[in-house]
Amino acid sequence: MYEGVVQNLIDELGMLPGVGPKSAQRIAFHLLAADPADVKRLAHVLLEVKAKVRFCQVCGNVAAEEQCRICRDARRDPHVICVVEESKDVVAIEKTREFRGRYHVLGGAISPIDGIGPDDLRVRELMTRLADGVVTELILATDPNLEGEATATYLARLVKPMGLKVTRLASGLPVGGDLEYADEVTLGRAFEGRRLLDV
Amino acid sequence: MSLYRDEGIVLRTHKLGEADRIITILTKRTGKVRGVAKGVRRTTSKFGARLEPFTHVDVQFHTGRTLDVITQAETIRPYGESLVADYPRYTAGSAMLETADRLTVAEKEPALRQFLLLVGGLRTLVERGHEARLVLDAYFLRSLAVAGYAPALEACAKCRAPAVRAFAIVEGGVVCGACRPPGAAVPAGETIALMTALMRGDWPTADASESRHRSECSGLVAAYLQWHLEHGIRSLKHVEREQVQGERPSPVTASVGSDTAPHPA
Repeated sequence: MYEGVVQNLIDELGMLPGVGPKSAQRIAFHLLAADPADVKRLAHVLLEVKAKVRFCQVCGNVAAEEQCRICRDARRDPHVICVVEESKDVVAIEKTREFRGRYHVLGGAISPIDGIGPDDLRVRELMTRLADGVVTELILATDPNLEGEATATYLARLVKPMGLKVTRLASGLPVGGDLEYADEVTLGRAFEGRRLLDV
Repeated sequence: MSLYRDEGIVLRTHKLGEADRIITILTKRTGKVRGVAKGVRRTTSKFGARLEPFTHVDVQFHTGRTLDVITQAETIRPYGESLVADYPRYTAGSAMLETADRLTVAEKEPALRQFLLLVGGLRTLVERGHEARLVLDAYFLRSLAVAGYAPALEACAKCRAPAVRAFAIVEGGVVCGACRPPGAAVPAGETIALMTALMRGDWPTADASESRHRSECSGLVAAYLQWHLEHGIRSLKHVEREQVQGERPSPVTASVGSDTAPHPA
């Protein structure tokens, strides 16, 4: 146990995800040894992010204003919505530069065993967005794991009566990998989603 | 025992650190095991897809200090693949996994009958021969029986008198008029017959039952299960009944009679 405030800092840092007691201690001593201006800047950013950042009223992505940068951008295609689980997924898809539509962040995936059902996600908000008839395609980009697949199945069933084009991200072999090392589920999906080579 | 191999059903997964997961598996010989699977959240993981819930896997563990480490996994049957394509069956399957997890409290204590029951339940669920709720209720009743909580369905749970009148969860099943505690549910005779059929695996009788008796049976079984487990089953409120023509999907709740409050812990 350290003296008052140092121990408090270690305890607070230890509450962060993935930071154990040893890491918390290391970070705390790094901060103690750091330049006061650097520490002040870090403290300021922490307070600022909590005060300013909110969730986009339209898509649920993290935003600095009422609407996020993507929802405010008039050049983005309003006819296509890509549904993702978390804001982190928006960043991952944006890095590909392949998608020019808009997003909808659900805030998680359906997981009955963890007590998370459709009502705990931003499904109602998605249905409201689809109701005006502007959107023609819904891309379901939830994680390719069991919860993500179940969420995609649920959403596809829900929007089916609306007559939208509903697509799911392809699953299959990672680029740069060897076929022999792929597991049978992934390889099976790759076979299911094979495409015609237009040479 | 530094390395050991077993087969099992993946019950649930928890994220651990950057890219690892803690996998809870109900194994055939060892019982419930919690193991660390390293790097499985990375898209390049060689066995991430094999360690998803519902998967029947052949798995190799390395004994660790607190948690064992999963070093290899091979799929025996991926039940999850067909379950996620059918939402009501996925929710029913989730309730099965959660119940199996709750009923096998101690880790590494062999629970062969619970394992075989879960494999059988999942297989029946993916074969789509019976309504998902019926399969789930049959699983609940039989897993409770294996755990020593079989409900009395043919004679009064208290005095063994043959004339039964009500279903009292606190007493452990059907009760006669004299033994009936206040607030006990009074289900239809057909509902008790359905519960008996599910318990025995008499599928022709169960499949021929009416929708209202199935709903009543589900409510009673869910309440009975949660009372004995001393906790609510979180998946239960998300379990959806398969849609009968013209019927809206509805979650199943434990709300039959006033005798359905969870066990006072």
